[in-house]
Amino acid sequence: MVSKTLKKLTQRNEFYIFIVIMLLSVVIEIRSGQFFTPNNLVDIASALIVPGMFAIGAFMVIVSGGIDVSFPALASLSVYTATRILTDANYKGGMLLPILMVVAFGALLGALNGFFIAYLKLPTLIITLGTSSVFKGIMQGVLNSTQIATIPIGMKQFGLGALFVAENQSSGLTSRMPTAMIMLLAVLFIAYIVLRYTMYGRGLYAIGGNETSAYRAGFNVRAIKFMLYVSVGIVSSLAGLIRVCMMGQCHPTNMLGMEMMIIAGIVLGGTSISGGAGSLTGCMIGTILIVMVQNSLILLGVPTFWQGFFLGMLIILGTGISAMQVSRAGSRAFKKTAGEAAK
Amino acid sequence: MSGKTDKASFLKKLYSRDVHISRLLIMLAAVLIVMLLLKPEKFYSIANFKTMAAQFPEFGIMALGIMLCMITGGIDLSVVGVANFTAISSGVVLKSMVDSNGNLLGYGIMATLLFGIMIGAATGFINGLLVSKIQIPPILATLGSYELFTGIGIILTKGKAIADLPLEYSELITAKLLGAIPVQLIIFVLMACLIAFLLARTTYGTRIYMLGTNITAARFSGLKTGSLLIRTYALSGICAALGGLVMLANYNSARADYGTVYTLQCVLIVVLGGVNPNGGHGRISGVVLAILVLQMLSSGLNFFPQISNFYKSLIWGSVLLIVMVMNYSTENKSAKRVKAA
Repeated sequence: MVSKTLKKLTQRNEFYIFIVIMLLSVVIEIRSGQFFTPNNLVDIASALIVPGMFAIGAFMVIVSGGIDVSFPALASLSVYTATRILTDANYKGGMLLPILMVVAFGALLGALNGFFIAYLKLPTLIITLGTSSVFKGIMQGVLNSTQIATIPIGMKQFGLGALFVAENQSSGLTSRMPTAMIMLLAVLFIAYIVLRYTMYGRGLYAIGGNETSAYRAGFNVRAIKFMLYVSVGIVSSLAGLIRVCMMGQCHPTNMLGMEMMIIAGIVLGGTSISGGAGSLTGCMIGTILIVMVQNSLILLGVPTFWQGFFLGMLIILGTGISAMQVSRAGSRAFKKTAGEAAK
Repeated sequence: MSGKTDKASFLKKLYSRDVHISRLLIMLAAVLIVMLLLKPEKFYSIANFKTMAAQFPEFGIMALGIMLCMITGGIDLSVVGVANFTAISSGVVLKSMVDSNGNLLGYGIMATLLFGIMIGAATGFINGLLVSKIQIPPILATLGSYELFTGIGIILTKGKAIADLPLEYSELITAKLLGAIPVQLIIFVLMACLIAFLLARTTYGTRIYMLGTNITAARFSGLKTGSLLIRTYALSGICAALGGLVMLANYNSARADYGTVYTLQCVLIVVLGGVNPNGGHGRISGVVLAILVLQMLSSGLNFFPQISNFYKSLIWGSVLLIVMVMNYSTENKSAKRVKAA
């Protein structure tokens, strides 16, 4: 029984990524002695919030068989618009209105993606390349975006709010665990329930596996896909809002270019890029690995300009290993059925 | 009356012979007419055409490479990474090719160009291996290698630019033959002719169209899909390297983050040119036309100072979306026609 579960574990990508994370943290700990300190762990957790939320949205798209590269531009546009309106109106209230605003903008922009992809059935990658360019153009051209140095007080307080403060006994450095962590956990929980226990969530997996089969099985493919892009728009915009709150200012172009890193993390976590397979656990573990590589190279004494190199290696190795697993499993299944047919 | 309908049906026939190319010709004409009406003396000047001819080869050559990969049903998102990596390493080689007096060696430029092309072929070969042997989906494989090559470029330069190159190289590539034809344009035309020849006149061309239409069928009809894919990605790498070598000459320096907008722009060009992202369809004439349309549009916009540069990304994104929707409607129509028949 134990050997069976062990065997099952070793066939999953999540397991290997987990081992890589463990090895990496031990190496960093040995080299710097700073990894397993309370403040460093809290720092990594707080750096995970925004990429983690982006990853949940992008993960759902990949499960459905597409690749969305527009979410950073989408989030930038909706958050910039909301912050600009609120700052100009001299808004002094709490977080509720900003959240409602970015949810509305995010849903609207997501619906645009959804219209092209679900109703016109156009390829996701090309459409989102186009819409991300459009979103960027609207933000920088039409709205003439500039950096907003002072964001509304309510947003700032939310960004500074802490659940608890971790202190490093030896160095005296402290790190806050941001309140926004709750939002990540809430989104994660909702996504978990939706993907596992609702028709909509199961429909995403079914569409990713085989769209025609899903349609024949009675899923409303169009509605599910449309809802998917609306919800991805909402989740990404919330992530963008959290980032602006935590930074205490709004750099319009600051989030652009994050998409590659996020997709890399999701694929590292064992999600099949052609859709239909993957777990939220794997998606989070992969994202943690990427965040760790970004945050800990300095602790290892590696100059920051090596980051791109390591990221590229990670993507190629991670996708390579899972691609080889898939083809091996495929040939195994083929041999099995061929053998049975021979009998 | 009947003459009129004849004419109309003739035009319709002409239009539907190749919808993508007809549409591009209409767009080209529209841009030319709008410029004629609004900024005739600035747009229709020899200087402007010279500038345009020197500008588009940079990304035009890269787009040709992406086109080849898209015909096989894949995509090459690493072209800009390869181009910058090539430019940086060639820049380093070029700087080392001087004698003790600081003069460039006689064979220096030739050696640099050859070195750059070899780098491009090698990087493309790696992409091809990842796609065909390890079977990573092309989007991810080339995205990963984009990060990797850009990363190596950053490591080589420590994030700074490679500058102070021997001037001879830049002077040669940016020179104007007969006082009018930029050398960059000649490089582009040569490469376009070579690829057009490969696609139309060799078995390699026929085979990659077949590969893109149905890879399983291609494999079962005895095509060596692995070697075909590797050759295609290597060719795309060479195209990207040539783009990088032209960039090195145009800026007379190299950096890991030059031309990052070109990735989207090249994909836009290729789709605009009528290449099907699912593979199997596409013509080089469409892609070359799309390159010209985009360059004229972008140069034309530069004559309107009130339109900020940021609007370009809005316009390009919208054009891409509109073209995709138009392709969708024509494909639907032809699918219906097939069904009705």
